[in-house]
Amino acid sequence: MSESAITITNLTKRFGDITAIDSLSLEIGWGELFGILGPNGAGKSTTINILNTLLEPTEGSATIDGHDVIFDPEGVREVIGVCPQKPAFYPHLTGEENITLMGEMYLMPKNVLKERVTTMVERIDMEGYIRRRAKEYSGGMIRKVSMLMALISDPKIALLDEPTVAMDPQSRRAVWDFIRELKEQGKAIILTTHYMEEAQELCDRVAIIDEGKLIALGSPADLMKKHQTRNLEEVFLKLTGKKLREAV
Amino acid sequence: MNLRRILALVKKDLKKTHREPAVLFLLIIFPVVLTFVFGLAFGGIGGGTTTSFEVGLLNLDATSPQADWSFAFVDNLTESDIFVIHGYDDNTTGQSALLQGDLDAFIVIPGGFGESIVSYYSSPVDPSAWTNTTIGLYVDSGSLMAVSAVPPLVLEVLMKTIFGSEAMTIGLPIEIGSPALVESSTFTQWDFMAPGIFAFAAIFLTMIVAQSMTYERDEGLLKRMRTTPVSSADYMVSQTLTYMIIAVIQVALVMASAFMIGYRPATGPAGIAFTFIIALAFSLVAVGFGLISAAISKSAEVSTGVSFAFIMPQMFFGTFMPLGGATEIIGKFMPSKYITDALTTLFLRGAPITTPIIWFDLAVVSVVGFLLVAVGIILFERYGYR
Repeated sequence: MSESAITITNLTKRFGDITAIDSLSLEIGWGELFGILGPNGAGKSTTINILNTLLEPTEGSATIDGHDVIFDPEGVREVIGVCPQKPAFYPHLTGEENITLMGEMYLMPKNVLKERVTTMVERIDMEGYIRRRAKEYSGGMIRKVSMLMALISDPKIALLDEPTVAMDPQSRRAVWDFIRELKEQGKAIILTTHYMEEAQELCDRVAIIDEGKLIALGSPADLMKKHQTRNLEEVFLKLTGKKLREAV
Repeated sequence: MNLRRILALVKKDLKKTHREPAVLFLLIIFPVVLTFVFGLAFGGIGGGTTTSFEVGLLNLDATSPQADWSFAFVDNLTESDIFVIHGYDDNTTGQSALLQGDLDAFIVIPGGFGESIVSYYSSPVDPSAWTNTTIGLYVDSGSLMAVSAVPPLVLEVLMKTIFGSEAMTIGLPIEIGSPALVESSTFTQWDFMAPGIFAFAAIFLTMIVAQSMTYERDEGLLKRMRTTPVSSADYMVSQTLTYMIIAVIQVALVMASAFMIGYRPATGPAGIAFTFIIALAFSLVAVGFGLISAAISKSAEVSTGVSFAFIMPQMFFGTFMPLGGATEIIGKFMPSKYITDALTTLFLRGAPITTPIIWFDLAVVSVVGFLLVAVGIILFERYGYR
């Protein structure tokens, strides 16, 4: 196991004339729950997509558990679990089949996989509908399945891109508890979210990025203290402004 | 590549196929329905029954001194189980009946018909002394069966009329083998179409592959898979294997359906096994075209239209549609034509499994299939993940 779970050094990503990420540098440790916050189009998902090997950076580098995202993408994919912003699942498979399929991709022993599916499904209160076709699920159910698809392989590092969108408060709390457990197991977790109270509640540290640049980094408590605000949302609005942003 | 991952993905795709009614219909139910409908419409239950042709007849030699010959010819035509003869008094009425589809063929016995035969018997070894005449034979060009079978059958009756029932036993230094088409009198139109149904059924795999790949891309499933240890090779092999399995199921179902309605191909177990092999090879063609369609399509909806650009030519120029002239030449560029040709050789002509042409057909389909899959994978890797 490498010293740092994730190391990002001067990471830059350009799409034509647009700079989505501008010289971003971060270091995330094991057992750390790290939040990446920013308005729409700030570069959160682009950062996640570089870390999960879907995109190559224009400049800079990133390593995941010591595996370079450019030179050793296969190594990276072995240790990460990715919950994408848009839940991707096979609608004609049941929730259980979707989750099991992902476990098969990591070559988990069949008995271990079966046991883990059962445990995780119970843990996140999905027993009642896990054997129904996923196309019948509500938005919240789909989010839960999508997150379990990301975590079934028991990855060392979880990249969760807005995992609680469209969830009711009960489901969201259940997912929060689940994420905390992952952290307690020593996993490194990157969480992007638009819910500031979620980041404040869960994250050890947060990075606020805007227009690809890192504009604040620290624990929610430190940032609130530094900017003399009552909550993280006020810090966010103070740093990124109150003007409406268009999604990119 | 990893076999377990590939098998898991194949299982996923097969589940997806049998749980999606539209896909299930197109890939499994449609070929079965098509077989039943075409088999019943063009062959009838218990096919292999004798076909008869409605034939119009105008005898312009009925009043000549040698009219007995033309009457004998008419009698021989009438006695045949194959022809149902309808007499006509003039050419116009007969031609009109043919054009309207009331007749399969129209025969005009020319004036001087009897005199021709008499002149032959007067100087059998001196053609310059013969009085030549020509029988007018007009066949319904809309009927594949009539075009194929009527001319040689009429010729056979003519030979019998001139030389008698022993015509074929006259000792000659050169023997003319009985034309195979004469035997087609016991075939139905379905017998000619059946080999093409196998290619026809598998052609639609192209559309399903294209739709499936673009759907998975549009829904972010391909991206999600690419964040796992699954390699592109695992994924592409799984897709190909899935549709090869479906092709085997299609062949089995079409074969079983055809048997149920009485179709009996003129081949044995080896020929049936060959059918499965060439269908597997053809599934590669379908997957290749599907991948190419997916690579150049922006969405699942667009891919449906694009895939038809590959499906339609193969359907029209390589299955059971009658070809001739320019279409025959176009057909040579259609992989589906080679599977249809191979199966026609086995099922209709009763050729043995060792016949070189069917192995040539298999080689063509296989090589083209592998090339198309390779091109499809390259294009999809390059443009398909957008």
